[in-house]
Amino acid sequence: MSAVLEVRGLTKSFGGVLAVSNVSFSVAKAEMLALIGPNGAGKTTCFNMLMGQLPATAGDVLLHGEVITGMPPRKVWRRGIGRTFQITATYASMTVVENVQMALLSHHKRLFDVRRFAHRAYYDEAMQLLELVGMQTQSERACAVLAYGDLKRLELAIALAHDPQLLLMDEPTAGMAPKERIGLMQLTADIVEERQISALFTEHDMDVVFSHAHRVMVLNRGELIANGSVEDVRSDAQVQEVYLGGGSLFNEVAEGDHA
Amino acid sequence: MGLFIAQLLTGLANAAALFLVASGLSLIFGVTRIVNFAHGSFYMLGAFIGYSLMQVLPGAIGFWSSILLAGLAVGAIGVIVELLVLRPVYRAPELFQLVATFGVILVIQDLALMIWGAEDVLGPRAPGLKGIVRIMGEPVPQFDLALIAITPFVLFGLWYLISRTRVGILVRAATQDREMVGALGVNQSWLFTGVFFLGAALAGLGGAIQLPKGGADLLMDFNILASIFVVVVIGGMGSLPGAYIAAVLISVLNVFGVAYIPQSTLVLMFVVMAVVLTVRPYGLLGREEVAGEHGQVGEPEKPIKPAGNLARGLVALLLVLLACLPFVAEPFFTILATDVIVFCLFAASLHFLLGLGGMVSFGHAAYFGGGAYVAALLVNYASAPMELAFLMAPIGAGLLAVIIGWLCLRLSGVYFAMLTLALAQLVWSLVFQWDEFTGGDDGLVDIWPAEYLSDTTAYFYFTMVVGIGGILLLRHMAHTPFGYALRASRDSARQAEATGIHTKRIQWVAFTIAGVFAGLAGALFVFSKGSVFPVELEIAKSFDGLIVVFLGGVKTLSGGVVGAASLTVLQDFITRFEYWRLALGLVIIAVVIVAPRGIVGSIRAIAEQRFSRGEVER
Amino acid sequence: MLEVNAINSHYGKAHILNDLSFRVEAGEVVSLLGRNGAGKTTTVKSIMQLVKPTSGDVLFENQRLNRMSPHQVAKLGIGYVPEERRIFTDLTILENLEVGRQPARDGMAAWNKERLFEIFPNLEERKHNRGKALSGGEQQMLTIARTLMGNPRLLLLDEPSEGIAPVIVEDMAKTILTLKKEGLSVLLSEQNLHFARIVSDRAVIIESGEKKFDGTFEELESNPEIRDAYLSV
Repeated sequence: MSAVLEVRGLTKSFGGVLAVSNVSFSVAKAEMLALIGPNGAGKTTCFNMLMGQLPATAGDVLLHGEVITGMPPRKVWRRGIGRTFQITATYASMTVVENVQMALLSHHKRLFDVRRFAHRAYYDEAMQLLELVGMQTQSERACAVLAYGDLKRLELAIALAHDPQLLLMDEPTAGMAPKERIGLMQLTADIVEERQISALFTEHDMDVVFSHAHRVMVLNRGELIANGSVEDVRSDAQVQEVYLGGGSLFNEVAEGDHA
Repeated sequence: MGLFIAQLLTGLANAAALFLVASGLSLIFGVTRIVNFAHGSFYMLGAFIGYSLMQVLPGAIGFWSSILLAGLAVGAIGVIVELLVLRPVYRAPELFQLVATFGVILVIQDLALMIWGAEDVLGPRAPGLKGIVRIMGEPVPQFDLALIAITPFVLFGLWYLISRTRVGILVRAATQDREMVGALGVNQSWLFTGVFFLGAALAGLGGAIQLPKGGADLLMDFNILASIFVVVVIGGMGSLPGAYIAAVLISVLNVFGVAYIPQSTLVLMFVVMAVVLTVRPYGLLGREEVAGEHGQVGEPEKPIKPAGNLARGLVALLLVLLACLPFVAEPFFTILATDVIVFCLFAASLHFLLGLGGMVSFGHAAYFGGGAYVAALLVNYASAPMELAFLMAPIGAGLLAVIIGWLCLRLSGVYFAMLTLALAQLVWSLVFQWDEFTGGDDGLVDIWPAEYLSDTTAYFYFTMVVGIGGILLLRHMAHTPFGYALRASRDSARQAEATGIHTKRIQWVAFTIAGVFAGLAGALFVFSKGSVFPVELEIAKSFDGLIVVFLGGVKTLSGGVVGAASLTVLQDFITRFEYWRLALGLVIIAVVIVAPRGIVGSIRAIAEQRFSRGEVER
Repeated sequence: MLEVNAINSHYGKAHILNDLSFRVEAGEVVSLLGRNGAGKTTTVKSIMQLVKPTSGDVLFENQRLNRMSPHQVAKLGIGYVPEERRIFTDLTILENLEVGRQPARDGMAAWNKERLFEIFPNLEERKHNRGKALSGGEQQMLTIARTLMGNPRLLLLDEPSEGIAPVIVEDMAKTILTLKKEGLSVLLSEQNLHFARIVSDRAVIIESGEKKFDGTFEELESNPEIRDAYLSV
């Protein structure tokens, strides 16, 4: 099986403290892979190293067999990784459609063009992407006035603009109402299926994880402690202890009290 | 050897005042995150107040208590400024605070003029310390030795205050995490006021203590500003020991510079700074500032669209009316209109950088004056024809912007702003001190346009075509992919970088473009006036540009132009009054507090409230 | 003592708290439980007025806290221990404690360095060390000690057990029980159910900013479906 993304021994230390320690995994084509773990486990640090926002202390990231470690984010993006952010990052002074047009202009390498008007460039393509995420009716609204869930959908449209092979989504549903969450993840799943691309996402909402991920990895204190199917990870004792709410510990104490 | 020691001592003595003023600026910045441009004004007030007190209080006791009282008085003035001007804008974007402190500068300048008059004041010599001491045969003023002896005590006193007292502990804690200090029950507002008192008092002390050496005059506020910025930037923002080391370094270098390379004393300071910052971008003892996502100044601006037909028609009509001006009005108005267009182009280039790019440059005059000087030098030395000189001006200014932009864009936020200012001062000092080449203070004269443009009316039309053409071109660029990429880099560098945009490169190019157009304005300027002087490169010129963009409205495409036109006309009108700075300063402060959206922004906000129009600006 | 009344809070555009209400009685230790992102930290910050609730009331001893600034809230007697600890890393332990110092309150023995060092002996040994030289556990102890210097009557502890070694977590539990004996009320946000159960009298469970459970741990035990729905898998 040829992996889209392969991560080997990825490590990050901040002043001697290991935030991410020797993490290895791979992402297969058309796979939805969830990376979960408690706050501070190193998930976002991991993402930042994959995309090049942070330099890795050690280890390698390979996209289609090519080493992309150490590349700045813009180059990683050009090689086919799109990303959405935990805290949304959009261009507040532009309209919704212009946000997508901006990504398309970058994709077509027309950033230094000073002849034509930007608001006409790749308009139809941008509208198609907005339609894909269900934002076409809001295309002319200012980004600054959008609802949070809509911003998240817009970010997804931006991340899809260069037809990526892999989507990195950092907490795609954080701050959304439960109904919106399911909608957004269903949309992502459809896109993954239809375009045969892969998605790696972090998530705190276990409903989202267990209903949409094909595979789940668990990060704890920078180390990968589990990597497998939803069922395997759910029943893993160590995972339950560190993350999934200490159900076993609870029982233990409860029994202890009765004794 | 004796001379060497004597010069070293002079340098150390000069460091005293510089350290006092710079440490005050550093303290204020550390806690409040405000770069207090009015700090030079506090220094000037300290000198004048100290002088007046010394006239009244006799003897050595009178002399030294005058210095202390001057410090306290300036501290109290600092408190008034903090309460009235800065408190309302603590939560505003940093540009607003800077503009507000600039308003304070203007007000204090005129108040000082009213009270002490325009004459320079010679400081009295210190009673009991009027003589000299011979050290290894070289004369050293006793007062210098006193200053050298006093400074360590001041440093120790400050150090004790900051590191050993509760107030100092709170100040240091607040420098690191203001919000947490508040959550522990400390009233930040009063802490800020206290720090402002202390910082202003130190500046006042610095001003008073240098009286026997330098006296007092109305230019000392701007004159020291660049030096203290350099000291604070070299030492590291917020670091007292850093400020001391840098003050000594700069002062000693300066004295040796005067002795051995007298033509480059001012330049030397900036060269040292450039070297230090290349090695340590955050200064000797400074700490890296993690810039947040704060590219936009204030609330996000509205999406923009190219002007509709109505707007285009209106602009065309306005241009036709403008073109008729020479036929209907006196020549004076034609000249004024030329000035207005030149300044509008300058402001539009700064607005391009600041408004669209989110890069707050405090040294934009470097490219305006730079362009003007390139043209003037070519005419003067190479007898270049006007057309060639005119063409080379924007190119020269652009090259300057390429270099300065590269250096400055390694930093962000306040550091970026201060570095642009310091490097612009470097250009100014080069021009100012290189007498034999640039004419120094006497400037370059006899720079007239070609024969066919020598008529006022002809040159007015030439300015109209080039100037307004430049403005329209800049405006057009805002709507092109490049303009969008520039706004994208400002709105969210994170998203831009993650979608393939090399934000620093975009910003660098934009910085250069802004330099080119400022240089073009400079070229128009020099041929309209026939001469150029270092004043066109001064901080005050850069600030004029900033204020104009701010008054017009940062958030609006036409803000720069509208602001520039209003200010030039307003200035022409109010400079006929003696105390016009006072009025202008008060207007600026009022705008910052009352109408922070600027002229165009406020009009639009009112119009939108009335008609509650859509979200898209046209 | 503390009454949170139907508050709504936003972080930027994200709606974090949704009509959240609960109470903390005098002398009580209450645990605020919920998964990551459920809104626990926002709840604590909303009480402290570091996040301004957009609607609803926060009452402390019948005084309305809304519109107060955080320092006023602290002066009234609410001590805040943030999740990220936020100690002043350039200051020594003694200086960190000094920042937190506030006058004593009527009817309660004032905290001072000596008393705190009895509870946190590790801090005394290193009292001249700068904050950045401390381990995670020591930093956590220091934040609590620093806040206690303000003589609070109600302590807000945001995830005190997160990211510290199990042995230290045990110390932490003992500390909280000691403080309870001293008469302090505590609101504790936690993910560690085991820890919460040992130190607290009552649990409030939130999910997506809404309250899902409010009661004793015995009641929670008899409702395994709630536990499963909001705390575990």
